[in-house]
Amino acid sequence: MSQFFTVSVLLATLATAIRFAVPYLLAALGETIGQRSGVLNLGVDGIMLLGGFGAYYTVLETQSHLAGIGVGIAVGLFMGIVYAYVTVFLHAEQGISGIGIFLFGLGFSDLLFQELVGTPKPIKPLPTLDKLPGVGGIFEPLIDIPVVGELLFDHNLLTYFALLLVPFVTWLLMKTTFGMNVRAVGENPQAADSLGVSVAKTRFIAILIGSSLAGLAGATLSLQLAIFQHNLTNGLGFIAVALVYFGAWQPRWVLAGALLYGLVTATRIRWQSLDIIPQSASDIAAMAPAIITILALVLLASRVRGPAALTKPFSRH
Amino acid sequence: MKRLTAGFVPLAAALLAFVFGAIMILALGANPVDGLAAMIDGAFGTSDRVAATAVRATPLLLVGAGITIAFRASVINIGGEGQIIAGALLSTAVALWIPGTPKILLIPIVILAGLIGGGIWGAIPGVLKAYASVNEILSTIMLNIVAIQLMNYLLRGPMIDPVEVGTSRIPQTQRLTDNAAFPTLIEGSRLHLGVPIAVIAAIIVYIILFRTPLGFRLRAVGHNPDAARAAGISVERNIVSALGLSGALSGLAGVILVFGSESLRLVTDGGSAGFTGSAGFNGIVAALFGGLHPLWTIPSSFLFGSLLTGATELQRELQIPNALAIALNGLIVLFVVSSDKVRTFLNERLDRSLKGDS
Repeated sequence: MSQFFTVSVLLATLATAIRFAVPYLLAALGETIGQRSGVLNLGVDGIMLLGGFGAYYTVLETQSHLAGIGVGIAVGLFMGIVYAYVTVFLHAEQGISGIGIFLFGLGFSDLLFQELVGTPKPIKPLPTLDKLPGVGGIFEPLIDIPVVGELLFDHNLLTYFALLLVPFVTWLLMKTTFGMNVRAVGENPQAADSLGVSVAKTRFIAILIGSSLAGLAGATLSLQLAIFQHNLTNGLGFIAVALVYFGAWQPRWVLAGALLYGLVTATRIRWQSLDIIPQSASDIAAMAPAIITILALVLLASRVRGPAALTKPFSRH
Repeated sequence: MKRLTAGFVPLAAALLAFVFGAIMILALGANPVDGLAAMIDGAFGTSDRVAATAVRATPLLLVGAGITIAFRASVINIGGEGQIIAGALLSTAVALWIPGTPKILLIPIVILAGLIGGGIWGAIPGVLKAYASVNEILSTIMLNIVAIQLMNYLLRGPMIDPVEVGTSRIPQTQRLTDNAAFPTLIEGSRLHLGVPIAVIAAIIVYIILFRTPLGFRLRAVGHNPDAARAAGISVERNIVSALGLSGALSGLAGVILVFGSESLRLVTDGGSAGFTGSAGFNGIVAALFGGLHPLWTIPSSFLFGSLLTGATELQRELQIPNALAIALNGLIVLFVVSSDKVRTFLNERLDRSLKGDS
């Protein structure tokens, strides 16, 4: 245990925790927007898988991370259109539709992977700030700052994007007309409708933003790991959905939850690699995010109220 | 007329999924007609293959029959995967503990253990929903993750095959004694006792749901919890029963996956699909396709079983990955829930279970 409590190891673990938190954070922030509009998207895991494969394959073929990220977002957007059409216009039951999206993403990403790639081939990793072409030199000395250098600057750009997204989503939801419409159709669609807000359009856009972020979350995951395999997410997308409840539909608490999960995972992996805990204890510790979520739900369920119209389809009659 | 439309919806959904499947096969550079022929051949080509299809359908039927109970009571059980694993773990542990027990006793004992294991794993989210207002969609999914890790832990540690400890450490139990193997029904065929057990279970579910006071209470709670409560029915207790029964049936599926398997052991690949073959999710598809009716879930499961065995042949003959079957299942779910008939039904029955929970 003593080898864990050294400054360098602790800081490295924290830095890893932040990196692990990013896919959770992106997916959960997107889901927050969708749920605030009254739509539960349980298909996040499937969108992440397909978006993650799209990004991985694009980088494998083109060597361009930017193109990979673009493809990941585009895949998310496309699946969002399908999901939004099914739930908003056809009024399909949201929980079950989400399972349909999940199964499609799980199967189709595996199909494409086996057909186009076959065996896992590594891709070039996402560059951290100091490795960025052109500007990397600026950041190189910053990483060497004692204590905080690695923690603050040894990340890829997606990490900073995800962190900046937290205040942005708060601003979007609380300060903009779109955000007010989103909250209105999530709380009381009849009232919003009678005031001239288009429930369908608002929910459609909210779902598209959410699913694009889910696609980006998948892309982040596969590009961070620089690999793809069958069921890469291993339930991460489902935990991201639960994080929204955990975070009481508030971006800052969603961030706190994502960081907590990142920290739990990073600590487990670090302890295992340092032989502090054996593989068996690591398997047990891997239950932690799911168990923490259940406990949090038990504590929060009676105290925090979600959007009143969550999971309720709206039709005007 | 009503019956005609009820049958039409799933068929239209299946047809649409078929068209998509054909397009995918075409895009993968194969002839869809050859693909369909290979799938039919793989699923029904020989009597052995029909038996294999029935065996593949068995866990789907059990999970699906359980799903009909839960959904009729307005609870959404997405925890089939975890409940299968819980049933498999408990029954396997029991079989490892009393290996010498005569077959005639051991098989009922492991079945009971599986029902209990899955039942407990299902009842936990039921209790959480009934008494702590925890959304069962989320809790069942979280318990899937917990069950997978529990299986990984047990199969890499306490329950690992002693032979594997010093060698490759494959996470699996030792081969169970032949006393525990489900007897085959036809000599030389893979058709085993699990298949009729599942069919009987589905019939029992039908009887429970539509011919007993318990089923009446479950459906009453699903239809209108306030009215049920006013009539003196305990909504809380019935939510727990619905999820417990649903989980018990999935647990039984776990028993059949272990004791009906050729390797006669519990083995994991670190995820869940390696053991369950995603039956916990595919069972939902089969139940939806069967119109959430336990008896219609029987042919529906057989159909989805044939999709799985057909996809295996598709991979062997035309090198099209069998993951196609899972992708198609996802599409079928989307088509079925989008269709008007089921939509109204589900909205009426299920809306209540979702709203207000957080």
